[in-house]
Amino acid sequence: MLEEAKRAIPLSTNHAIAYAVKDLDVDVISAYPITPQTTVVEKISEFIAKGELDAEYIHVESEHSALSAAISASLTGARAFTATASQGFALMHEMLHIASGLRAPLVMSVAMRSLSAPISIWNDQSDLFNARDAGWIIIFAHTAQEAYDTIIQSYKIAEDHNVLLPVMVGYDGYVMSHTIEPVIIEDKEKVMKFAPKVQYPFKLDPDKPVSIGSITPPEYYYEFKYQQVQAINGSLPTIEKVDEDFGKTFGRNYGLMECYMCEDADSLIMANASYASTLKAFLPEIRKQGLNVGLLRLRVYRPFPLQKFVEYTSDKKNLLVIDRAISYGAPYQGPLANEISGAMVKEGLKLNLISVVAGIGQRTVEFEDFLALARLAHEGRRHEETIFYGVRE
Amino acid sequence: MATIEIRWHGRGGQGAVTAGEVLASGAIIEGKYALAFPEFGAERRGAPVRAYTRITDNPNIPRTPIENPDVVVILDRSLLKKEYIEGLKNGGYIIANTPLKPDELIKKLNLPDSYNVSTVDATTIALKWLKANIVNTAILGAVIKTTNLIKIDTIIDVLKNRFHGKIGEANAMAVKEAYDSTLVMKLQEAI
Repeated sequence: MLEEAKRAIPLSTNHAIAYAVKDLDVDVISAYPITPQTTVVEKISEFIAKGELDAEYIHVESEHSALSAAISASLTGARAFTATASQGFALMHEMLHIASGLRAPLVMSVAMRSLSAPISIWNDQSDLFNARDAGWIIIFAHTAQEAYDTIIQSYKIAEDHNVLLPVMVGYDGYVMSHTIEPVIIEDKEKVMKFAPKVQYPFKLDPDKPVSIGSITPPEYYYEFKYQQVQAINGSLPTIEKVDEDFGKTFGRNYGLMECYMCEDADSLIMANASYASTLKAFLPEIRKQGLNVGLLRLRVYRPFPLQKFVEYTSDKKNLLVIDRAISYGAPYQGPLANEISGAMVKEGLKLNLISVVAGIGQRTVEFEDFLALARLAHEGRRHEETIFYGVRE
Repeated sequence: MATIEIRWHGRGGQGAVTAGEVLASGAIIEGKYALAFPEFGAERRGAPVRAYTRITDNPNIPRTPIENPDVVVILDRSLLKKEYIEGLKNGGYIIANTPLKPDELIKKLNLPDSYNVSTVDATTIALKWLKANIVNTAILGAVIKTTNLIKIDTIIDVLKNRFHGKIGEANAMAVKEAYDSTLVMKLQEAI
């Protein structure tokens, strides 16, 4: 018998993530408030207070401690979660590397936000892009639904014995974290059947004491780091399989990278998170203006799905990469554009790469702006330098 | 159905953001696609705030601020100025919290004849039922009466889900009274 199609309920991305944590029966949540993440852990505390989730909720004194607690919990075999943004994320930085180095399969959501100074509470992606080399699996969501679904997928990926790496799920602060939209929440039993708790193979146990992460001399340290290289590169098939299986179970899957209105396009705009959902809405109108442009949506960022990237771009003329973070003083000042440039050399791609920085500190990018960017991509002129779109010089 | 874009203007504390969320929530519960989001800032009580709601049958909804709304809702009397109507589409709707009748408001603001205008005394209704100048739920009654975007019962359900017990009941009464007392002056069919 066919199940009746589930009705969506109105939720913000932050609350959708809290529902995922509840439905995954997460054991330990460490919480420290920071805008625009706070309503994630607030909602989780509500679930615990109402008895809808049986978990340890640890109030910590900083984000450094939030991640420390989540790592420790994870290494005892508990399913652990924390959430962060901006300055709090920056404060965690030291522990980011410890999480991946200790192979802690925890999951963290990031409501991406700008960094001080000067203080900005608004959205861009400076916080996450500063952490891209910390050895975590990184996945971007472009809707609240995708955030809910990706948190579920993330535990299945992280806890897989061939992976054992922490996963962060990034989405735009405010523009997604505080926006109400339709989300289908699945039955908890079905979620747990899809992502059952997997026994951590090296869990800390007082009866069998071991020391982990201790000082490692030059003769051995390098190999530990190389194992992380192998683990993250080797996780790509697992990430792809989990997404496919999710689609078979729940009817929604996203791919490693998404190419939207892409097949017949000459030029692509690469964007992630909220810019990707906005571009999906605007592309039909952009096409009507005679601009043959599609969207290349970055979803899985670490490990970078290079073969998918080649598959989607090899027959295209122009690729405009939108960065919402700045790599100060780099060849291209957009961190993503720099990587794409490297990928193009590695794969011998002859695309015309256009690097654009936009939306810094949530500077509004409206329809006319996306249209202007589509025109830049379509025209296909060569731009040697990163374009700082919309800045006042 | 085409996309309907609603822009809400109020002052911090009056619930413009909540009104936008409640309307979108009602639409989602009725099976439509909708987004609601505020103009994000460091929110301060009493400062002008704006919020946005998009309701559509298209799953892809832009997350950009609404510059050319179909409906402008003004929750605070001090914001009854032309600058807050800027960008309203021809044939669009102005829904205002004011004791004035629609034709009196048109005259007072010297509005062109290309808009539909609805008025409701949401402040008096809010003070009566909620004992506070939180006009968002009352103004929702006027929005439903004017646009028929969703059912009033759906809005009442959303409100009772969001505000429990007596407060939920009081909000429901405010919506109903506003719905019944809203004066709608349609100049042309738009939605």
